[in-house]
Amino acid sequence: MPKYILKRAIMSLITAFLVATMTFFVMNMVPGGPFLAEKAVTPQAQAAMEAKYGLDKPLIKQYTTYMTGLLHGDFGLSIKKRGRTVAQIIAVKFPVSARIGGMALVLAVLTGVPLGAVAAFNRGKFLDNLIIVLSTAGIAIPSFLSSTLLVYVFTTKLHLLPSLGLKDARSYVMPVIALALYPSFYMARLMRSSMLDVMGQDYMRTARAKGVTTFKSIFKHALRNAILPVITYLGPLLASLMTGSFIVEKIFNIPGLGSEFVSCITSRDYPMIMGTTIFLAVFVIVMNLFVDIAYAFVDPRIKLK
Amino acid sequence: MEEIKKNPLSMQVSMEDFMPASGEDKESLVIMRESVGFWKDGIRRFRKNKIAMSAFFLVLLIMIFCFIVPAFYPYKYEQQMKGSERLAPMQYSKVEKAEMEKGEKIFPHLLGTDQNGRDYMIRVLVGGRVSMTVGLVASVLILMIGSVFGAIAGYFGGIIDMIMMRIVDIIYTVPDVLIIILLAQTLKFPLEKLSMLPAFTWMQKLGSNMISMFIVFALLYWVGMARIVRSQIMILKQSEYVTAARALGAGPGRIIFKHLIVNCIGTLIVTTTLQIPSSIFTESFLSFLGLGVQAPMPSLGSLASAALNGFQTYPEKLFAPAFLIFIIILSFNLLGDGLRDAFDPKLKQQ
Repeated sequence: MPKYILKRAIMSLITAFLVATMTFFVMNMVPGGPFLAEKAVTPQAQAAMEAKYGLDKPLIKQYTTYMTGLLHGDFGLSIKKRGRTVAQIIAVKFPVSARIGGMALVLAVLTGVPLGAVAAFNRGKFLDNLIIVLSTAGIAIPSFLSSTLLVYVFTTKLHLLPSLGLKDARSYVMPVIALALYPSFYMARLMRSSMLDVMGQDYMRTARAKGVTTFKSIFKHALRNAILPVITYLGPLLASLMTGSFIVEKIFNIPGLGSEFVSCITSRDYPMIMGTTIFLAVFVIVMNLFVDIAYAFVDPRIKLK
Repeated sequence: MEEIKKNPLSMQVSMEDFMPASGEDKESLVIMRESVGFWKDGIRRFRKNKIAMSAFFLVLLIMIFCFIVPAFYPYKYEQQMKGSERLAPMQYSKVEKAEMEKGEKIFPHLLGTDQNGRDYMIRVLVGGRVSMTVGLVASVLILMIGSVFGAIAGYFGGIIDMIMMRIVDIIYTVPDVLIIILLAQTLKFPLEKLSMLPAFTWMQKLGSNMISMFIVFALLYWVGMARIVRSQIMILKQSEYVTAARALGAGPGRIIFKHLIVNCIGTLIVTTTLQIPSSIFTESFLSFLGLGVQAPMPSLGSLASAALNGFQTYPEKLFAPAFLIFIIILSFNLLGDGLRDAFDPKLKQQ
């Protein structure tokens, strides 16, 4: 096990390095630069700015400088937000997205898994069909539609919840629901099919034959085995939820990492792009590693090598 | 033939057993039921599935509405009518009312018009056409790249597999929004230049954004397909027919394309069908961000995005395209589920 984790960690480092390299060169291939958008910049001023951020040097030199900085834990200075480092900006924006994403994840697991399990236990009955219809329709709703529908119902019509910003606990309700909707229904479908799969297994029949109560057989045998595919899904899901959804952050006007990421790409804030991309990539890689290790704990049949 | 005297107690073989079969005997060997092949079996199972069949007809209906109806529709999607800006559904402008009093027939604006006086119904239909085209083309591209990549990685295994799967991991890890925005910007200029050439004028019709969107899909989203195909091929390559083909001297290329990919056709169909709604989803998301299809060509995502600002006063302008996205994705999802139930060999026993 430790050997496996070490091997995976080295692999992850290589992947992160390649992602950083690729992003750096693709980003610089794109025409335009961070100072083009600003009007009334004299060529001298622009040259001075470029010199300040090292953009006048050859690309390879810029790359080695950036990578050396990165190895020392230095993400560089943001170009657009003067005087603030990339690390500071991420440190401010990430907790906002992570809080909403974390809550959405908990909500999605707490609704999706039971829904799927209940559907599987009532296979072919009314409740099952209802859950199938609900979840199939649920995963066909784009997040901008669900967000605006929520705003329409709860803010415009009922005046119950604030629609913009994050001021108090009530303002978290709608963004969290909007984020949790898709993964919740997706997990319900996943859970239902894997539960049906598990319930047809021989060990379930054995358990029943030796007199284990239905309740115990469900919780000790069925759920534990059926949850495996859901765990696989949780890794990428956690990464995508915690790093912020651009659409939901835009509609609810939340100052999170997702909206920051898109705006730094469009404004060509090179150090910000690199910083957020590496941050997101490492986050995804670490989450996937956690999921694989968690897998081995839940299912002893899986040998990590 | 000389009669052989038969001893009733002897174990001697009766000669009658070796006589040619009579017509009566032959009848018992007639095949009662045609043997059912893969396709026939799957289609039969698919046709029994009521939900999947209705989803299939719904997809056909949407295609008729989005691809054929706009050709006969009295308005054009880019046609701006002066004086009929921001009409409510079924409302007529003053100019149109005056003409109607003269006895002329005016086709109603079923969903009203937008701020430039364009009929909204036709824009939603054409938007559906654009979104469906993106979804279908992208899925075919993903199918081609993903299946070949996955098959090669799965078949050869070892170090080739490891390197190829690391590439998949990297593409999977890079945030897709980043690549999409960067690529859309990078490709814009070369594509516009290319579309000036006489052989590529069809590209102007599509717009460089749409082409770069196809390229983005082709470059980014095949990784899921590659993973699925790889795991299938890794199981299939153990089969006897692969050993037999190799013993007969078939090369890896022939085995992959003639034997292995053909044998996971069920998985490929299902994954591609389920890829269509997710491509449409991504397209609408991109257009919503303003990175997708260019104006004046509408797509469902860009229509919804444009309607977001005036959404308190004109909610129907948002709900019409959003509802069409919902219906398209829902019916493709149900169709894909039905196809999986019908064609996935793993589910056959259930």
